Amino acid sequence: MPAISKNGRAKSQTMEVIKRLSKNKLALSGLIIILLLTLLAVFAPLIAPYGYAEQNLNAVYLSPCKEHLLGTDRLGRDILSRLIFGTRQSLRIGVLSVAIAAVLGTILGSIAGFYGGRTDNIIMRILDIYQSIPGMLLSIALAASLGPGVNNAIIAIGISTIPSYSRIIRASIMTVRDKEYIEAAIAINANDFRIITRHVLPNAFAPLIVEITMNIGNSILAAATLSFIGLGAQPPSPEWGAMLSEGKNFMRDYGYLVIYPGVCIMASVLSFNLLGDGLRDALDPRLKN
Amino acid sequence: MGNILEVRNLKKYFNTPKGQLHAVDGVSFAIEKGKTLGIVGESGCGKSTLGRTILHLLDSTDGQIFFEGKDITRVNKKELVKIREEMQIIFQDPFASLNPRMSVRQIIMEPLIIQGVMTKAEMEQETDQLMETVGLARRLSGAYPHELDGGRRQRIGIARALALNPKFILCDEPVSALDVSIQAQILNLMLDLQEERGLTYIFVTHDLSVVKYISDEIMVMYLGQMVEKAPADELFDNPLHPYTKALLSAIPLPDVHAKRKRILLEGEITSPINPKPGCRFAARCIYATQECAEPQHIVEISKNHYVSCHIAESH
Repeated sequence: MPAISKNGRAKSQTMEVIKRLSKNKLALSGLIIILLLTLLAVFAPLIAPYGYAEQNLNAVYLSPCKEHLLGTDRLGRDILSRLIFGTRQSLRIGVLSVAIAAVLGTILGSIAGFYGGRTDNIIMRILDIYQSIPGMLLSIALAASLGPGVNNAIIAIGISTIPSYSRIIRASIMTVRDKEYIEAAIAINANDFRIITRHVLPNAFAPLIVEITMNIGNSILAAATLSFIGLGAQPPSPEWGAMLSEGKNFMRDYGYLVIYPGVCIMASVLSFNLLGDGLRDALDPRLKN
Repeated sequence: MGNILEVRNLKKYFNTPKGQLHAVDGVSFAIEKGKTLGIVGESGCGKSTLGRTILHLLDSTDGQIFFEGKDITRVNKKELVKIREEMQIIFQDPFASLNPRMSVRQIIMEPLIIQGVMTKAEMEQETDQLMETVGLARRLSGAYPHELDGGRRQRIGIARALALNPKFILCDEPVSALDVSIQAQILNLMLDLQEERGLTYIFVTHDLSVVKYISDEIMVMYLGQMVEKAPADELFDNPLHPYTKALLSAIPLPDVHAKRKRILLEGEITSPINPKPGCRFAARCIYATQECAEPQHIVEISKNHYVSCHIAESH
């Protein structure tokens, strides 16, 4: 909310949100896990005991042991190191693709929900067409046309998940649009941009936060699918989803190949969910306690 | 003093699947500067729509609106901004009309931020001033609407309306959502403000005792049309239209032994969709005759007392 930052109340309001968030232990633990993962990603070369592409063909499929705390894969690469380096890719994929989808989806959904009528119809029908294409297929097609690589995978996944955000924000906005305080804002000459950003969205974004945090995990998995068919992260660059799908074939004999990447994805999804939940509550002044 | 606001033959129709809904149908009136016009009528008679049409919150279908002698019926965006600085609105429900995510201070300051002529310090000062004017304690400036009672919330709404220093305020049932004890406080605040700032009010309500207290003139509406308009005392002493009589007989008297003939209306309100010409009240009127099917004209019976009923005319 850019406009408040000028009027001095902003600071105390942000402080209040932080204060309320810090009272929420679950949200705080989510935040801590996310911070740890971020640190892990930033300092990966310092923390990881081995390089992510370092092969040791004399030590393939090692179970967790002293030298390799989480074991090794079929090329003898240290799983712990790959997981640590993988944090870089996976977090980036999860956060960025969701950010792309959420921003574009919110813009489209806000316009459709706020203006209604023909504008709404045009936007939503286009999104209908969009959604009639299976999401995975769409991201595969997009990623294929953009070419392989993590960045293109992020764009492809982001674009293909726009409609769900648009729908959520549109439905939510339609309940806010007819409130009297919107009329009051019109009466004091607020322009449409201000009305949408200051009055409509703050009262309509709660369901969006949940959707965003839920989708971070989905995006990581979608990126895994893309890299599985050669369109996402390129080997040997490590990525949790890719490690998961790679280990899938040997799951029966070497369960740890899928357990550890799975745990990483789960932990990050869970912590984003907890943080999102807490953030939603902290941003709502009505839930002050 | 001249008329600050004049409305001529104003119409607002809504298109519905069943036909055109005549929410406001040919209403004309004028208000002198510094006076209060009360508009009364039952739910759905178009009184709120009339107010919102005057403020350009809804587009008028036909007719003209003059503000300070200038025709403002059709205006471009720039002129509209100017008009809205002169004309403000106080809403009925102080819960629904305040953004729950903004603090008291932000709500009151917002019109000033949008207007963008003051510096930050001036805006801060003006906001403090406004809060004092409407009787809000300084300590409440960081509070959120849900933390306050109805009266305080309505004071925020009033402060917001006053922020741009308007000349005219439309009060859309500003006290009907409040406790009776708080109603009086808010009404007195509004009267004080009127005196201090020379404000002109349109006071829309269905509460007759409130409207008598605050209005100089009262207009009675029925199904989108004006049926009677007179100075407040005259209307209460000498109601002419059968509908006004029925309305006034419904005011409770603070006297247990008072005996009064209560006029009970029977029948349903005629549908406002594609109404027939002729008196719209005729279906419920005990005096109705054949002539009521003819279109009715508004006649000035005595000075400033207008009525739209052929029976009242002949008396």
